[in-house]
Parts: sequence; structure tokens; C-alpha cells
Amino acid sequence: MNPYIANTKEEVYQMLNAIGVKSIDDLFVDILPHQRPRSFNIPKGKSEFEVTQHVSRLAAKNAVHLIPFIGGGYYDHYIPAAVGALMSRGEFYTAYTPYQPECSQGTLQALYEYQSSICTLTQMEAANASLYDGGTALYEALMMAIRITGRKKVIMDGGVSPIYRKILTTYTTNWDIEFQETPVVHGQSDRSQIERLLDKKTAAIILQNPNFFGAVDDHSDIIEKAHQLGILAVMSVYPISLGLLKTPGEMGADIVTGEGQSLGLPLNFGGPYLGFMATRKEFIRKMPGRIVGKTIDMHGRRSFVNTLQAREQHIRREKATSNICTNVTLCALQSVVYMSLLGRRGLKELAQLNFDKAEFMRQILSKIRGVEVKRSAPTFNEFTVCLPRDASSVVAAMIERGFAAGFSVGRYYKNMDNYLIIAVTEKRTKEEIVKFAESLEAVLWD
Amino acid sequence: MGLSGRVEGLIFEKSVPGRQGFSIPESDVPLKAEMPVEYKRAEECALPELTELEVVRHYTRLSQQNFCIDTNFYPLGSCTMKYNPKFTESLAHLPGFMNLHPLLPQLQLGGILTQGALQVLYEMDRLLSEMTGMDNFTMQPLAGAHGELTGVMLIAAYHKAKGNKKKYIIIPDSAHGTNPASAAIAGYEIISLPSNKDGVWDIARLKENLNDQVAAVMLTCPDTLGIFNSEIDKISKMVHDVDGLMYYDGANLNAILGRCRPGDIGFDIMHINLHKTFTTPHGGGGPGSGPVGVKENLAKFLPVSRVVKRKDGTYSLDYDYPDSIGYIASLYGNFALILRAYAYILMLGKEGLIETSNHAVLNANYVMSRLKDRYHLPYDRICMHECVFSALNQAERGVHATDIAKYLIDQGIHPPTIYFPLVVKESVMIEPTETESKKTMDEFIQVMVDVDELSKKNPQFFKDLPKTTPVTRPDEVKAARDLDTNFFSHPPK
Amino acid sequence: MEVVEHYLFTKEHEWINVEEDTATIGITDYAQSALGDITFVELSEVDRDVEQFEQFVSVESVKAASDIYSPMSGRVIEVNTKLESDPGLINRSCYEKGWIAKISIKDLDERSNLMIAAEYQKFLEGLE
Repeated sequence: MNPYIANTKEEVYQMLNAIGVKSIDDLFVDILPHQRPRSFNIPKGKSEFEVTQHVSRLAAKNAVHLIPFIGGGYYDHYIPAAVGALMSRGEFYTAYTPYQPECSQGTLQALYEYQSSICTLTQMEAANASLYDGGTALYEALMMAIRITGRKKVIMDGGVSPIYRKILTTYTTNWDIEFQETPVVHGQSDRSQIERLLDKKTAAIILQNPNFFGAVDDHSDIIEKAHQLGILAVMSVYPISLGLLKTPGEMGADIVTGEGQSLGLPLNFGGPYLGFMATRKEFIRKMPGRIVGKTIDMHGRRSFVNTLQAREQHIRREKATSNICTNVTLCALQSVVYMSLLGRRGLKELAQLNFDKAEFMRQILSKIRGVEVKRSAPTFNEFTVCLPRDASSVVAAMIERGFAAGFSVGRYYKNMDNYLIIAVTEKRTKEEIVKFAESLEAVLWD
Repeated sequence: MGLSGRVEGLIFEKSVPGRQGFSIPESDVPLKAEMPVEYKRAEECALPELTELEVVRHYTRLSQQNFCIDTNFYPLGSCTMKYNPKFTESLAHLPGFMNLHPLLPQLQLGGILTQGALQVLYEMDRLLSEMTGMDNFTMQPLAGAHGELTGVMLIAAYHKAKGNKKKYIIIPDSAHGTNPASAAIAGYEIISLPSNKDGVWDIARLKENLNDQVAAVMLTCPDTLGIFNSEIDKISKMVHDVDGLMYYDGANLNAILGRCRPGDIGFDIMHINLHKTFTTPHGGGGPGSGPVGVKENLAKFLPVSRVVKRKDGTYSLDYDYPDSIGYIASLYGNFALILRAYAYILMLGKEGLIETSNHAVLNANYVMSRLKDRYHLPYDRICMHECVFSALNQAERGVHATDIAKYLIDQGIHPPTIYFPLVVKESVMIEPTETESKKTMDEFIQVMVDVDELSKKNPQFFKDLPKTTPVTRPDEVKAARDLDTNFFSHPPK
Repeated sequence: MEVVEHYLFTKEHEWINVEEDTATIGITDYAQSALGDITFVELSEVDRDVEQFEQFVSVESVKAASDIYSPMSGRVIEVNTKLESDPGLINRSCYEKGWIAKISIKDLDERSNLMIAAEYQKFLEGLE
């Protein structure tokens, strides 16, 4: 009994008659016998109950009991119940892309509010209605900078996430783009190295704040030098940190992207996430992805529509600014609900709380023998420590004590096997932090 | 049946200083951290200040201004707007999946921590491979278009490894816009070829244009006109003879489950739209998921990481593929969507999947047979899961596809896809899907008949439709000319 | 579809009005009608050199975006900045007030690669 198919035997019979064929098989007559499947060994269907049991058993095999002190771009923040409640409304999640504005004003207005929220968060002038995730958004920003300047060289700061860097180099394999990377730093961006590389052949410099190692910087000086040579500044940022930190807009960035997962999206083992992008007003037509605009209808009522679609794949085809078709509307909606609940003051408080807890952890850890807390730059809620031995084995031991202790970067960086990046969010209690430090000390020295 | 007629104020307009909808815990740590002032933001973020009730009311009311599958019929050709089963939502909300940090399996011994999740990814690879006749799938692409781009990059990697100098990708002129856009981004030039008078891709034209500079041919099957090309394996052979690859755009997979597998008819590489055939929710425009499948000779180029099953039956992430194209996304794919699709496939099983295509194709042919004496059918023949009409007859009376769409909205029906494919003038593409009943289809058919009648008697009636929606015919020209995409760039006077 | 007698035309629906050693360029009535209401014009820089049939401007409407190709080679000496605030001028007056750019001409002989009004008219009839 298939609960998703309505047609009864009688109705099937009526429909076949109306069509003028004898059986459903007759409708597949264009598929010739030799084109039929060589095999189709899919297991027999089950009831909803049985599938639920099976999947629940799989869920139970995942270690969500570990207290997470791991970030690396994805953070364990608290998500208020109202976010999930609103997103489970069928009117939001079973709706289609708003190509027919009259029956999609809910989605369109919410996306306009999302775009506006991202703009005030980053202090930029125009945002799009979201991209797939922070990594692919950074790639899109890179391509946008190349389109705008017509240049082919890109400088990548060593503090940009290694995961994102891999994405950028993967996509640009088939293009004639020259990447130059400044050395990896766990502190602030290396100005002398950067300045050596800035020239008039460079399309963009790619920066991240806080960087992958948690270091906080003010890139205004670099950006100003870049602008003097016609180079665009592309910055990837962490949204919650913007409750406290200098914004990319203030620094003079031209294109801003980032991972919006921390804005009310569950960790979900990798997705769906939220790539946000914002830019200057003058570059709005060069921005990929969907964009929602405000207008009026034929009776003068305020309305929202998809705009600037002439750039997109369904019209320009080969000459499109990108091949993007989908954005991540539901995730964008989730984030605007979260941001609206949080509000101006809430964002500030939340950022400060994350900062306080991380600083407390930093302080306690620096008292442990052999643990070197990196202090070359201020940090927000994530920071780097250097351990007296291989960080991955320390992490493995900490797992046994109930902690996901941090991200050991040896897998992405040579000669950094002892480095560990630790994240502390508002969800970590003082008890958890103290216990973490005690466990770490025990793992290192017992 | 209409939508809530209220035009809702913007959330920023409802903001009152001092309100907050989020209770933040007090700090329990004995320090107040100070960020040096040069790193702090000078101006506060202007997020709105509201209570939880105000936020809930605002977004609930906005939701009431949307059509959605849960309330309306969506015969949108090419989109497969089938019902989204609720149990997949509950499963996606299981804490064991929802709260799982993605970097855990990248820690030493971290694979143990995520066996359940890795098993889902692995089994999806196996299930999708068996369903489509491919050898391996990557779950990494985050949307259909993303899958296409990945596919084209794999094609490029294949040719590069063989030392082939390839310049072109051939597509039908009826293809979806993402096909040429993806190919162009991967550095290829596009050759676009038409169908013959029967709506089938012209194999003779293909032969004229095939040479050893062609990297690949990208097709969907059935095509965007809803027609299955019986000569598909001939086409595959011709393309392989010039060492070109056959790419399958899986947008129309809902038509052929269990009836035909792309891998068996000569396709080397394909993508699937999980949000179409496997009913992960459309979300108002995403997120999507576009897994890519390949034949064995292309598997070594697949993006990393890949999920493998060890001899002891456990699962792990493997990065050791020196010929891999790299990372096309940050992590493993849109896991929460993959999980939903997985549950759906397990529930339907072999018979359920076959039944799905059977009824999808039956429903589309039924609607086609009932409307063909009213609407011009460019290709009067059996269709698959979608049928394409042209509203030329009505357009001659001054009622265009757009007008028909607006009328349908007033009847509580989301319009079919209009103006795609581009090769049919005034096209109206209808895909009922298998989850709709005959009753719903008959109501739709009646409305389309009414439209035809009205187009003869009173074509002027359509001009100011729809009447039952919060807005009517928003001015898209003004939206593009007087760009306003950000409330804060245009503060109210 | 309107055409202007002494103008010359291209297959991509641009017109050029040659006056001694300079010329004015725009798009035809057919083009503006096909595009629909024009929402944005990306003008060329002044003092830029163009080759015959090289893309140098783009025009956007709600439903399409179109590249504009220079009908003859030369140097751009003036662009119609009115189009920045009023792109609809092209729809309303595509042969006069909605001109797009003025160039100094490099080679008058290039005119042989263009169509005269009657030829363009015939070309349009062939399209329908």
C-alpha cells in the first residue's frame, strides 16, 4: 500500500481509456526492449515504521554525546525553538522557487528581509538571496572579482580556511588563473608578504576574519593598498563575530561572503548550510545568484520580486554570471528568523558571551604545563594552541573522556601536527570548560 | 480560494528599541573579555528588536501569503513537485543526525563517531548506482546545477588525463539553461542543435557536428519536451566513437525509474536532483542536492572525500585518490537532504519506485489527452512524465501563457512551467507527478477548459489578474530600474 | 518594424549613422521590441577602440540581456549618459534620442559589410 499514490484500479482504467491505450506499459513503448534495465536490485519497500526504526538505529550510532569544542567554520550555537517551529510550516518548506511573485510574497519578502539583515550585519550595500555554502560562495566571489577587473591573478591570505582554499583551486583548474598564497599564519596577516605580491595584474586579495586559526585582524590597511592598485578585497567572515568585531564594510571590503550556519542552522553533518554574499551597490549587477527586489504592483501596493534575472542561467545561458539555479531559500529564511529573534542587542550580548567564555578557556589552558596558547593576535571564540605532542592523538584520547577537543590541523598543514584549534560557544558551561582543562592536563601528563 | 490578502509590513518597520526575542544565558565565567577598540565595530548592527511573539506572528503571516505543495497543486513541468512525506522530516530532526558536527570524522579515530551518518552516505551511493546503472556516486554536489558543473569538470579531467584536446560540448537547443552555463564555466564552447519536426533530437544533425573535438554530449532523457528518444543508444555509440562522453541530466528521472537506466543506454556520467525525483522539499528555492554518478572509468576523478566500506564492515572517509578533481564543496553534501531521500527510497523500495514512474507517466498522458483539443500540442504523441503545450491559439486571441498562469493562481493552482523550453512558443509544460489524484487533475483540466472558453469570449478579463492575491502583477521593470534590494539603503522617509 | 532610410544596419540589429568621419550607433526598433522594457545599459568607456562587430556595450531588460556589437571600427568619442538614469529612452526613441555611442571612424570601406535600410527590411521579413 503506497500512501503517496492516489490512483485506484478503476481510475487507472478510466485514464487509460481517455488516453486510448490498453495498459501503462503501452505508454513506455518508446523504451525499446534492449534499453530496459539490466538489473534493478533495490530492496523491497518497507512501512514508515520500519524505515523509522532502521534510521533511528543509524542515528544512535553517531556520537552526539561528545561535548563539542570543535569549530573550523561550523559552530555549536543555541537555536531557539521558534526557528524550527516557523521553518516546519509547509508554506515555507514545501513552496517552490518564487518565479510567480503573486503566490510567493511570503518567501520573497522574507528573502528581502534576509538580504537587508546580511547588509546591516556586514555593513555592505547589497546582498543576494544566498548561495550554497561559505566555501562555494567564496569561489563565486573570486569569479565575480575576476569578471569585474578582467585580471587573472589572485592573492590568497594564508589564514583563509584550507577547506575553502581547496575548493577555489579545484574550480579554477580549467581556467587560466594564477594563485599566489601568502604563508600560513596563526596570527594576523603577514603584511610584508602581501605587499610584495600586490600588483596591477591582481584581480583580488582573499582574506578571512577571524582567520582559520581564530586570529582577529583589521585588514583596512591591506585593503587600502589593494585599492590603490585597482585590486578588489574579498573577505570571508563569521557572522556571530560581527556582533563585536569590525565589519568588512568598515574595512573597505568589496565583496563579502561567509558561512551562515551559525545563524540558526543545525550542524546537520555538513549541510544544508548557507552561503551569504554582499557587495557594494556599484557591483550588484555582477553578483551571481538570485536577488530579490522591492517594487510596486499594478495597484501601487508594495511587492517583492526576483530581479536582475537577466544575469542568470535561465536567460543568458552560456553568458550567465554563474550556472547557479538554486539558492538555499529555506536556510536563508531560517537565518533571518534567528537574526530577528536575536535582534540588535541580542547579537551584541551573544558575541560578548562567546568571547568571554573563550577567553576564560584560554586563560585556564595557558596554566597547563606544555600547552602554549598562541597570543600573537586577539581572538574571538576560537583560538589555537600548540601541544607538547601530536594533536590528533591528544584529540583521540579526549574523545574517550567525552570531548570533541578541537580541530587538529596537521591533516591540512605540514609541520603543524601539534597545533589544535579550539572553539568555545555560549553553550559551553563553566563546568564543561573546567572539566575540559582538567581532562587535557590528565591526557598530556598522566 | 485565495491567499491572505494583507500586505505585511517589513520586520524592520515593526522593530521597537529595547525588545528582544531571544533569552541569552548570563555569563557563568568570572571574566569580562575586552577586545581592543581598533578591532571592534564602531556602529551597531541594526537588526530589528521584537519579542518572540512578534517574530512568530510576522513570519507566520508571511507564510500564509505563499502557495505550497501542502495546500496547492503544482503541475510544474521540469520541477517534479511531488508530495514531501512528513516522516522524512522527523528523521532529519533526529538529534543523532541534526547535532552531528561535520568535522568529527576528520579527527583521528573520528570515523567511529559517525558510523550511522557514513553508512547513510555509503548506502545512498550504492542505491543510486543500482537504480541508474552507474558504478559510483558522489553525494557532494549541493544542487542540480552544482552537479552539472561537477560533471563537466569530471569530463574535463577525463580528457586531460588522456591527453585529448577537446573544445566543444553539444547540447540540444531545448536544454535547461544550467547545461550551457555549466559547460561554459568549465571552459568549453557550446554547440546547440535542434530537434526534428517530431520533437526528437535530430541524430543526422548530431552526426554532422560530431568530431574528435567534442568532449561530451549533454542530454536529458526523456527530453525537456517529455519525449524519450528511442535512438539514444545509437547516439551514445556515435559519441563514444569520437571518444566523447555522454552526460545525463537527471532532471527527468521520475519518468523512467525501473524502466530504463541511463548507465545501460550509454551514459557515462549523470546527476540526480534529489529535490525532484526523491522529494526532498523545495524550500521555496533550495537547498537542493545534486549527486553525480559515473561509470567505473571515471570514478578515479570523483571529488574527495569518498565514503568507503572496510573489510570489517565499518565505514570511513577516504581522501586517497590522487586523480580526484578535488573539493567541489566544503564537506560531504547536503546531508540532511540525502538522509530524507534515503528514507524515501527505503520506504518505496523496488516496487514503489517503479510504481512512481508508472503513475507519473500515466498522469501526464491523461492530462495531455484531455487538453489536446483545446491547446496546441506541438508534438502529438505519447509523452512521459510531463507534456508540453503551446498556448498559441489563446495567444492569438490576446491571452498569453502569462495570462493563463495568473488566472490559475486565482483558482488556487500554481501555474505550470511557462516559456520553457525556449524552443516552443508560448510553452506551457505540465507535470502532475504521481502523488496527485485524478480528481485534482480533473479540476485542473476543467480550469484550463474555462480559460480557453474565456479567451474566446472575453480576453480582456485576464489583464488585471490575479485578483485574490496580496499583490497583482508586480512591476518587474521598475524593480530592475530602481533597484531596492536592501531596506537600509532605502530607509523610509 | 521601423527602419531609417539613410542608416546602415547589422544582422545583430544595430544601426549606424555615418556623418563624414564620425558615426552614431544604436539598436533598431526590432531589437528594442524583442528586449522589452530596457532596465539597464552598460555603456562603453570613452576613448576606447573597437573593431567592427566587437562587443562593446550591453543592454539588459527584465527578460533578456543583450550584447551590442559595434557596426564599424573606430574610437568611442561619446556615450549617451542619459541612458544611465533613463534606459527606457531606447524603447521610446531608439533611432534618435536613444542613441548609445558615437565613434570616430577608422575605415569607411567597412560599410560594405553592412546592410542598407531596404536590405535590413528584407532581412527582418526573413526572420518572421
